[in-house]
Amino acid sequence: MVTRTVRIGSSHGLHARPAKLFTQAAAAAPNPVTIAKGDGKAVNAASILGVISLGVEFGDYVTLSSEGDGADATLDELTELLVTDHDQA
Amino acid sequence: MRMTGTGIGQAVAVGPVARMPEPLATPADVRSTIGVDAEKARAVESLGRVARALEDRGAKAGGTARDVLEAQAMMAEDPTLSDSIDELLGQGKTAERAVSEAFAAFRDQLAAMGGYLGERAADLDDVAQRVIADLLGVPAPGVPELDEPFVLVARDLAPADTALLDLDKVLALVTSDGGPTSHTAILAREKSIVAVVGVLDALSLADGETVVVDAAAGSVVSEPSDDEIAAARARIADRAALVDAPATPGALADGTAIPLLANLGSSKAAQAAADQGAEGVGLFRTEFLFLDAGGSAPTIDEQRAHYVELLEAFPGKKVVVRLLDAGADKPLEFLNDAHEENPALGLRGLRALRVSEDILREQLTALAEADKVTSADLWVMAPMVSTVEETTYFVSLAKELGLKTVGVMVEVPSIALLADRVMAEADFASIGTNDLTQYTLAADRLLGSVASFQDPWHPAVLRLVGEVGAAGARAGKPVGICGEAAADPLLAVVLVGLGATTLSMSPSALADVRASLSRYTLDEARRFAETALAASGAAEARAAVTAAVESPKETHS
Repeated sequence: MVTRTVRIGSSHGLHARPAKLFTQAAAAAPNPVTIAKGDGKAVNAASILGVISLGVEFGDYVTLSSEGDGADATLDELTELLVTDHDQA
Repeated sequence: MRMTGTGIGQAVAVGPVARMPEPLATPADVRSTIGVDAEKARAVESLGRVARALEDRGAKAGGTARDVLEAQAMMAEDPTLSDSIDELLGQGKTAERAVSEAFAAFRDQLAAMGGYLGERAADLDDVAQRVIADLLGVPAPGVPELDEPFVLVARDLAPADTALLDLDKVLALVTSDGGPTSHTAILAREKSIVAVVGVLDALSLADGETVVVDAAAGSVVSEPSDDEIAAARARIADRAALVDAPATPGALADGTAIPLLANLGSSKAAQAAADQGAEGVGLFRTEFLFLDAGGSAPTIDEQRAHYVELLEAFPGKKVVVRLLDAGADKPLEFLNDAHEENPALGLRGLRALRVSEDILREQLTALAEADKVTSADLWVMAPMVSTVEETTYFVSLAKELGLKTVGVMVEVPSIALLADRVMAEADFASIGTNDLTQYTLAADRLLGSVASFQDPWHPAVLRLVGEVGAAGARAGKPVGICGEAAADPLLAVVLVGLGATTLSMSPSALADVRASLSRYTLDEARRFAETALAASGAAEARAAVTAAVESPKETHS
């Protein structure tokens, strides 16, 4: 099991467009990934409804978990998405 | 009857109501007659079909709408939702009922969280309705199609509805639900549609009745009197006249000329800006040339071709080109590839160009060459200048390379405070109010949590503008404004009162600012500026000037 704890960089939190980008990337990853806010319940990171309903805001910490071959690379990629501010254009 | 809600924008509309069809009834909780597997196949098929249709609409709509529609498509095929539907189908429910229950459970969860998430509940309701309509073989609920323009009245508009609205047919949007951050409001703002959202009694309006929708007042008037309709039509005509009027040069009521210029990000938009009455270009951003060039800087020849195209659109007019402003929100690896903790305070603007002086020299050379073969009056300026020494460096380098009129942007408080010494070196100054506000209030303009500090009405920012204005007047040199502040019709007057001699803005704001300037004399503008400077904060400054404007003016007979 590989885990990463990440601080959210998107100024509007993990809703709408950032949530869509993150979920799309998680769904495309070869390994199943879960995401939890703080020490809350982990949800399927490929579920946009699950991700949105976490109510993650800018500056919140979330923990990503995955396992198997390539889990490290998958989490690196997803971490990058979470620390980026997608709302600045 | 007069109903109130939250108005989006300043415009007004009059027209007949067209109601959005009411949502489909909740499917009855009856036992499936065709078995779990057959229901499951129906559900999967409909969910997929709706997802594909939403993706198609997204691709057609583009922009912000595309992201929202793609997110909705993902909701339709969400794995968590799919698990929940399967579980309900396993209990012997029909596909319609299972879809309805599963979506409703998530919807309630989002609605209970309130705020932004609560407003996403409408997105989910919309997907559920589309899937149920598909299962039932009935048309999906959507925007009414009428031959005549109408005022669309709905509970709330889902992104899929707003994305494909025929703007020629929609006079205004009125919703009973949804707040200022709902999709209806966001899209109304983006597409400049008159809208009033959150009007509690909106659904009491009947198809075909005439209403006056006033976004400025946040009101919807049903059964309006003839006078009310006439007043609204007069405002609509004024507004149209404002936009269509042959653009006269910007000037105050006493005839003081205040040239109105355009902010442009590419030479392609130059002709359109000239058509909208821009008397030149006050800020031409050159980043796109470098961002589009891939991993390296464009050649002198490539740059010159772009500058020639730009300058040819404004023969005989002033065109102010800003040198490459990389860094902070627009990183360019060939200029600065170091990771910075505080990029807004880092190696950006002129600081970065100075480190890669060959890039700066090439850009200045390309500009000087373009200037030689065109008739526009080319001015150049450096971004993010923070010392007098940097001013001297840039001005002498640009002149050495053949540029005639060379100035600096005022974005950093240090240089505004030393404006006298800066104006002795530079031919002009142009104030970038967005960055000047960010640096004065020490609030990252890209950070939502401190967005409330980013208000150019703040007297601290205005005082700095005043310093530059006064220094420009003493030196007999022009001071322009090229930030978003210049696009605020009332603040534009204050900025002129503080000494701005030209205003530059996105072309769509020109008509409103031109009309606002023409109402006041230079003495009045100076009085408003004093009023704003005397306030203790941004909101107070805006309120005090608004009150001063609305108090009876001395009449000139």
